[in-house]
Amino acid sequence: MSGVLVVEEARRDGSARIFQETLAAGCKLASLTGLGLEAAAIGEPNKNIFLQISGPPPRAGHAIRHPLLETYTADGYVLAFEQLIRKLQPQYILFPHSYQVRDFVPRLAAKFGQVLVGDVTAIAEGPLFERQLFQGRVNATVRHEGEGPCFVSIQNGAFRADAASGGVMNIEEFNPEIAPEQIRTKPGEPFRESAQTVDLGSAQRIVGVGRGIKGAENLPLMEALAGALGAEMAASRPICDNGWMPMERQVGSSGQTVAPKLYLAVGISGAIQHLVGMKGSQCIVAINKDPDAPIFEVADYGIVGDLFEVVPALTEAVKAAKG
Amino acid sequence: MKIVVAIKQVPDRDAPVRIEANAKWIEERELQWAMNEPDAYALEEALQLKEKHGGEVIVLSAGPERVGSTIREALAKGADRAIHILSDDLGARDALGVARLLAAAIKPENPDLVLTGLQSEDLGLGQTGVILAELLGLPHATLILHVEKTEAGLKVKRELEEGWYQFIEMPLPAVLTMQSGGNKLRYATLMGIKRAKTKELRAVNAAELGAEAAPTVTLQQISAPKKQKSTQILGGSAKEAAAVLVEKLKTEARVL
Repeated sequence: MSGVLVVEEARRDGSARIFQETLAAGCKLASLTGLGLEAAAIGEPNKNIFLQISGPPPRAGHAIRHPLLETYTADGYVLAFEQLIRKLQPQYILFPHSYQVRDFVPRLAAKFGQVLVGDVTAIAEGPLFERQLFQGRVNATVRHEGEGPCFVSIQNGAFRADAASGGVMNIEEFNPEIAPEQIRTKPGEPFRESAQTVDLGSAQRIVGVGRGIKGAENLPLMEALAGALGAEMAASRPICDNGWMPMERQVGSSGQTVAPKLYLAVGISGAIQHLVGMKGSQCIVAINKDPDAPIFEVADYGIVGDLFEVVPALTEAVKAAKG
Repeated sequence: MKIVVAIKQVPDRDAPVRIEANAKWIEERELQWAMNEPDAYALEEALQLKEKHGGEVIVLSAGPERVGSTIREALAKGADRAIHILSDDLGARDALGVARLLAAAIKPENPDLVLTGLQSEDLGLGQTGVILAELLGLPHATLILHVEKTEAGLKVKRELEEGWYQFIEMPLPAVLTMQSGGNKLRYATLMGIKRAKTKELRAVNAAELGAEAAPTVTLQQISAPKKQKSTQILGGSAKEAAAVLVEKLKTEARVL
């Protein structure tokens, strides 16, 4: 068993941010444990991603190459990483907590008799890993037991991508053995449902609504507030799942990421899947009947109360202030 | 198609979460319990597949006595029969340990398809279905919204990040983890509730399904989340709070 292996994931937009955040987590873990840091990515050794590594440089990079890995499949990735891990014998393997990682890493970990320590928000002496339970209402500290490799995924935005300092490292090519018949699924090209007509990313003010609004019949009340504020309407996933608002107005990990000047969260409890999509907003206001709702952890202003009383009062107050 | 749906009973979303004095777990005594929502979507997909193609829907759930009420709910919605893995200390197992129990119960059934929700609302691990696929030696796909039966097996619609999707073709048997929102959930009818009482509900003790392996990840303690911002809670009546908020948004935060 040797070091800390940080795995890169190719993003559709070419962004290296989540890789750099995962590297930052890897640096923290390496310094806590005194282990060396290495990086791995699917692709060519001259792949741009290795040149974008910042912070304390990993001592080695592993470029995993195989024609069958050009398109992501869980079967292909599990085979490739299983072979790389058996060769390198890392003590810790860190991934970004992405949909793709959730798709294949639990299966990869099971090959080693391990489970993924998923969606980690902090790493402390021990090492102890922090993650959330009950939709963000409780923090848990967990520990890896035994001698086997420890698989960890890092929550988006939990670690700061270090300021770029560039790192020279030794990049080695790794060619796993994969046969076509070992890949059982046939993935199609990614597509979007419809041309996205709503770009919440450029909105200055957003009123986000959640389960607390109880039904689609209460939307006009929320729209009146949005109208008074000059805000766009957005929603958490359950609202769109129920068909109360279109999917394209969903904010969160499966929807859009927004950072308006004002985000007013109405009846949104604040599950992590929603928070990752809006916690970068300049000013967050939460209106919720539950004083322990996790939305209040990221809010600048909060009103604990019945939203059906607070929202109309707020609409009137905004109108009055605007004269 | 013979379909096994793995469902989990979790604390009701609106139930207050209180941390026990020893900070090891939450207080469970006064909790209300409900079916994990993504699992409800998995059940719905299974029932619709059965309505289209015939076959059988078997629900499978692990946990103590109380889990029976969630299993009855699934039977009332239309599942044909159920298996309850009785275990009072499921929390002592990690996701691999729980998946081993489920896999041991699924194997003798030889299903064409195994469905479960993409994650649970309590632990949020999102791993059980994927590990199940590995233990059963079957192909899998996650975050699935729609399932279509084809000549060769299945064509499924998978959700990717940021509003993207893809179709995946795969052979049967297979394991899928379902995302919420793909279907409209049905309610149990009175007739369904009545019928559920006569349906087969087989209980198996966890100990009969194989020895327990030591967990590789253990929970040390739990705590209330730390505040990331210092929130100003505005009190008073709705009208008073609204007036103060507008004033603060104008002069303090300067976002109006």
